[in-house]
Amino acid sequence: MSKLKGWKELAPGAIIEEAGNAVEFKTGDWRTQRPIFYPDKCKHCLFCWLYCPDSSILVEDGKVIGIDYDHCKGCGICVKVCPPKFSALEMVMEEI
Amino acid sequence: MTTEIRKKVLALTGNEAYAYAMKQINPDVVAAYPITPATEIVQIFSKYVADGEVDTEFVPVESEHSAMSACVGASAAGARVMTATASQGLALMHEVLYVASALRLPIVLAEVNRALSAPINIHCDHSDTMGSRDAGWIQIYSENADEAYQSLFIALKIAERANIPAMVTMDGFIVSHGMEPVEILPDEKVRQFLGERKPLYTILDVEHPITIGPLDLTDYFFEHKRGQIEAIKEAKKVIPEVHREYNEFFGKNMPDFFEPYRMEDAEIAVISLGSASGTVREAVDVLREKGEKVGALRMRIFRPFPYEKLREYTGNLKVLSVMDRADSLATIGGPVFNEVRSWLYDLERRPFVMNFVYGLGGRDFFVEDALYIFEKLIKAAKGERPSELIEYVGVRE
Repeated sequence: MSKLKGWKELAPGAIIEEAGNAVEFKTGDWRTQRPIFYPDKCKHCLFCWLYCPDSSILVEDGKVIGIDYDHCKGCGICVKVCPPKFSALEMVMEEI
Repeated sequence: MTTEIRKKVLALTGNEAYAYAMKQINPDVVAAYPITPATEIVQIFSKYVADGEVDTEFVPVESEHSAMSACVGASAAGARVMTATASQGLALMHEVLYVASALRLPIVLAEVNRALSAPINIHCDHSDTMGSRDAGWIQIYSENADEAYQSLFIALKIAERANIPAMVTMDGFIVSHGMEPVEILPDEKVRQFLGERKPLYTILDVEHPITIGPLDLTDYFFEHKRGQIEAIKEAKKVIPEVHREYNEFFGKNMPDFFEPYRMEDAEIAVISLGSASGTVREAVDVLREKGEKVGALRMRIFRPFPYEKLREYTGNLKVLSVMDRADSLATIGGPVFNEVRSWLYDLERRPFVMNFVYGLGGRDFFVEDALYIFEKLIKAAKGERPSELIEYVGVRE
């Protein structure tokens, strides 16, 4: 983590002056369970991508390529919406 | 050729004077909800809107909480924003007052002092604005309609220069519904004096997108508060500066933090806020006739607390009384008393300080009441100290 700023260095009104810096906040640390992605079972319907509340399903050229574990909070929605006959996603406990 | 400047004087109630000032300010946005005794302010103002006399976007909201919230949004967009309220309305705005000040939004609120429930009451005391004394707003207490009218312009200029919200107050019914001569300043001059708002930031600048009001936890909240505290310290310099500019521009003589009266050689003095101050001055005149060295000190700006100025007046005083139109309900008297007394404590020479709580729920305050207070102070100056520091004046036993 970068050095914390002193009060004189901060913007007035506690505003955040740069856009899009929420990506720097690694919310993946909060996770107690993680989704595992099985590429061979996936039909790329993109339901998981559509439903993920944290934009953590990584997609390239219209195909799911994996999960952004830096930001995935492990809510399990992707596993829930993945059609049962594909079952390309599975929740497992995080190991400490 | 000489230009004669003719003074325009109108007979206005305090509320009408507030509304007239708002018309001349012509704010970008006014969001408000009616409440006695401040209802007329926005009622009259909404007529100005309907008649096309102002360009204001008027937002008739469903509560004062929403009123202040709408003001915060509009002000963050860079607009010049005003609202008006009283008593329970200000109490309902309470949590959003803190948001406005912390986001450094210079919203100006025309306030009418009215007692807080219960028991329910519609008349004047200062419990409402005293309740928001730690919300980070500038507070200007006016004695009469003409002063309240002028104070809105001054408050707006201070607020927008310091980027801190400001409320101007007047005593409910006594001033808000009493008709007095008000000297109307020329529209053009008001516009010239106020200029344009230059916001610290705006949420509408798509070239420089920002986030306002994000979650701020143990790592940064304290630093942001510390910055806000410093900004309020800076506002203490802006306040006299704007008063000087105002007085020069309009040829006026508006006092900033305090209005002293016969204080030069005074050994005994009374501090008061608002409309009762004229009554105190009358009592000063009566006692001066009798050779008593008494004076009056009207506190016009209570927030930020002007302790530096206070100390300039107390050097020669033997006894000082603070009149509070609100009680802390904590067995320690009124809020003004507690702060005044505390900020004199570390001086070598300091007066004996007493508290008189008066006028709760609109109870009249007469010259006799002021004389009674001075009588107590004169006795105390002679060494006859009262058994209680705090006394309630004008209440039946």
